[in-house]
Amino acid sequence: MHESMVVHATPTQYKSEVRDLSFYYGEFNALKNINMALHEKQVTALIGPSGCGKSTFLRCFNRMHDLYPGNRYMGEIILQPDNVNILASNVDPIEVRMRISMVFQKPNPFPKSIYENVAYGLRVRGVRQRAVLDEKVEEALRDAALWDEVKDRLNQLAFNLSGGQQQRLCIARALATDPEILLFDEPTSALDPIATASIEELITDLKDKVTILIVTHNMQQAARVSDYTAYMYLGELIEFGVTDTIFIKPKNKQTEDYITGRFG
Amino acid sequence: MSSTDKLHEIRAIIVRHKRWDLVFMAAGMFALMIAVLTFTVLFAQMIIDGMPRLSWDFFTSFPSRRPGSAGILSAWVGTSLVMLVTIVAAVPMGIGAGVYLEEYAPKNLVTEIIEINVTNLAGVPSIIYGLLALGLFVYQLGFGQSILSAGLALALLILPVVIVTTREAIRAIPVAIREGAYALGATKWQTVSDHLIPYAAAGILTGIIIGLARAIGETAPIITIGAMTFIAFLPPSLVQTEFPFLSFEWLTSPFTVMPIQMFNWVSRPEEAFQLNAAAAGLVLVVMTLAMNGLAIYLRYHMRKKIKW
Amino acid sequence: MTAKSPAEISQPRRLGYSYRRNLRERFIEALLFLTAFASVAITLAIVVMLVKESYEFFQHVSILDFLTDTQWTPLFDDAHYGILPLVSGTLVSSAVALLVAIPLGTIIAIYLSEFAPFTVREIAKPFLELLGGVPTIVYGYFALLFVTPLLQKIFPELPGFSLLSAGLVMGIMIIPYVSSLSEDAMRAVPMSMREGSYAMGATRFQTAIRVVMPAAYSGIAAAYILGISRAVGETMVVAVAAGMQPNLTWNPMEPAATITAYIVQVSLGDLPHGSIGYQTIFAAGLTLLLMTLSFNIIGHILRKRYREIY
Repeated sequence: MHESMVVHATPTQYKSEVRDLSFYYGEFNALKNINMALHEKQVTALIGPSGCGKSTFLRCFNRMHDLYPGNRYMGEIILQPDNVNILASNVDPIEVRMRISMVFQKPNPFPKSIYENVAYGLRVRGVRQRAVLDEKVEEALRDAALWDEVKDRLNQLAFNLSGGQQQRLCIARALATDPEILLFDEPTSALDPIATASIEELITDLKDKVTILIVTHNMQQAARVSDYTAYMYLGELIEFGVTDTIFIKPKNKQTEDYITGRFG
Repeated sequence: MSSTDKLHEIRAIIVRHKRWDLVFMAAGMFALMIAVLTFTVLFAQMIIDGMPRLSWDFFTSFPSRRPGSAGILSAWVGTSLVMLVTIVAAVPMGIGAGVYLEEYAPKNLVTEIIEINVTNLAGVPSIIYGLLALGLFVYQLGFGQSILSAGLALALLILPVVIVTTREAIRAIPVAIREGAYALGATKWQTVSDHLIPYAAAGILTGIIIGLARAIGETAPIITIGAMTFIAFLPPSLVQTEFPFLSFEWLTSPFTVMPIQMFNWVSRPEEAFQLNAAAAGLVLVVMTLAMNGLAIYLRYHMRKKIKW
Repeated sequence: MTAKSPAEISQPRRLGYSYRRNLRERFIEALLFLTAFASVAITLAIVVMLVKESYEFFQHVSILDFLTDTQWTPLFDDAHYGILPLVSGTLVSSAVALLVAIPLGTIIAIYLSEFAPFTVREIAKPFLELLGGVPTIVYGYFALLFVTPLLQKIFPELPGFSLLSAGLVMGIMIIPYVSSLSEDAMRAVPMSMREGSYAMGATRFQTAIRVVMPAAYSGIAAAYILGISRAVGETMVVAVAAGMQPNLTWNPMEPAATITAYIVQVSLGDLPHGSIGYQTIFAAGLTLLLMTLSFNIIGHILRKRYREIY
């Protein structure tokens, strides 16, 4: 942990610490020696130009890269409270994914009913009791601010929802299993401004329950929803700190150029 | 529940679920093995039974009442001639229809009917084509139980294959190629004949080979036409010494083909004839495998070479 | 088309319509349309031919007898024309085949699409294609001379011809059709859907069964339908290995003729054109066509739905 990189806004604990993380797609070095931390029950935003590696970084947290051959991690991501390196080869990626949920760039509901989409994570964990499922599904849909819109049509196919509703359904799906960290990969890039606003509001509300890491290409969004911001460029972490500081008084010239729009 | 308890529970669940992964992996390999094993046994059985019968004489002798001196001369000559008719009929029709549906067809009811129809034709049992050929070619048009009737029946049978692969090959050519041709002032047909068909040729060829491999092995439609199974003579020659040097008499000649010859031998009770069947089957399988293998190789090669 | 040919550009006489060029283009288009329309003509010819001869047939035999009589003996002096024995033979052999082909084909498809390493898939797919290309008469030979004797070691009472042995071999023969179409359907499921499932902590098996298969459901169903119509229409395996005696039975251990085997049997003989025996094969063929056609229509509807999902 490089202390110089971390600035305390409010006294919080670390949920996760990233130590000397590098990542390779085959020969290509996509992430270079990243060090930072996720503060518990806070929103951390990853910003930077396209191709800077912010999505690659995010997908390290739930070991999504394990799905494809030729990918290689180096370094550690420590998950608290059990102080375990989730990138270690003896850690099962499935266990990691059960503890760390993810919401994708484009809504990707399963071809199932609304109810079954939300219940999927529980079913995967072997939950069968209808009462437990019912309760959890409702809770997750309420937390995702979707309950009132869908409570009368839980058995309809999820494809019938609008884009914004589908994305909130995916958030509910991720929440239903009480994850410790919630990863968002540009969750509003496929949505219209109104749906975007509702998702942003939701992210702010969810902070009470869960630690959040969000990738966004929209700097205003980072400024609106996050407590901490990390600016990445060409696979390197250029600057990391409290969002207000990053946006008002960035230490690094590159960060300032990007934030003020002088970049590229 | 403490967080460590919860973690233990999660781990137990994962172990349990992963067992299913392993079970399924085993099931998948088992299923594949059944397919592989069946094929191996089938091939081995035919080699053991048929190999001893395979000799030069087997290819140059007519069928006979004595199994030891029977051969497949009339069968392979018949198969070659029938295939010739099939190619001449199916290739232009199939390519024409494929090109029309992919490049010309307007989006309307007629096009949709044609498209649905092509898919449905591919699902019609081969013996139905035999009945069509029997009623239409043999009796209605009076071609008789001839090479012409058989070749046409098989041409109809493989037409959907040729159409579908032609369409796929043409569809894979990017719009930019078409636009490039049109921008130089080419007409639609010039674009099609100068660019699309040549560039799609390897794909179309693959389809034709697969279709022919299927036609070579087809037995049912030819039996239905009423092809005789004991043919101890060859059809008239394709060439003659007098003008116009080409003869078409062979088209109306009676004939037999490889799979019919094999069927004939399989249904004989004497074991010696069944060995002949194995030998004929071996020749047939090697022929179809070689054709299909060539098609697969062509497609693989194309995928590597052409990157639009 | 008002394209400029190089000649016209260098020597700009006119940029108008070329009648000759236009006429030629029209002519070619019409020609191509005819080749495409030929497929419809073939279908019509099939239907007309089958219906015409069947109509003659039903002048002699009532449809009620055809559908309810339990004997099919058109070539005997005491002729009965009940299609049921042939239908039962067809259905039993097809059922045996599908009991083999659908489970194995589906497992292979899931395995290849979701589990198998790249190299296994690259080898297995062309191999299965080759398996699908083996002539059916060869499978018939295999059923009669290898599988039947093998089965007789397990079931000593099994006769030399049986629906069981023909059905089993037919099942293996159909595996490639079922597996390749099902696999295509599963591969068409977008990766994002699998990622969604894996991100929830699902295993490969759970993702395959709970997400990929439901998403590919229509395509898989279409593959099954193709398998069914293959089994129902298959001729040589049953003609060689299941026997040619019409036999109203639901027991796969017995010999029985299928619709297709009957057509083969009649064609091997020498029936005069226009006789009632000649017409029976068209009535049998029509029955077969109606059976497969209804399966194909269901398959088409399913395929259409499946395209609409994404």
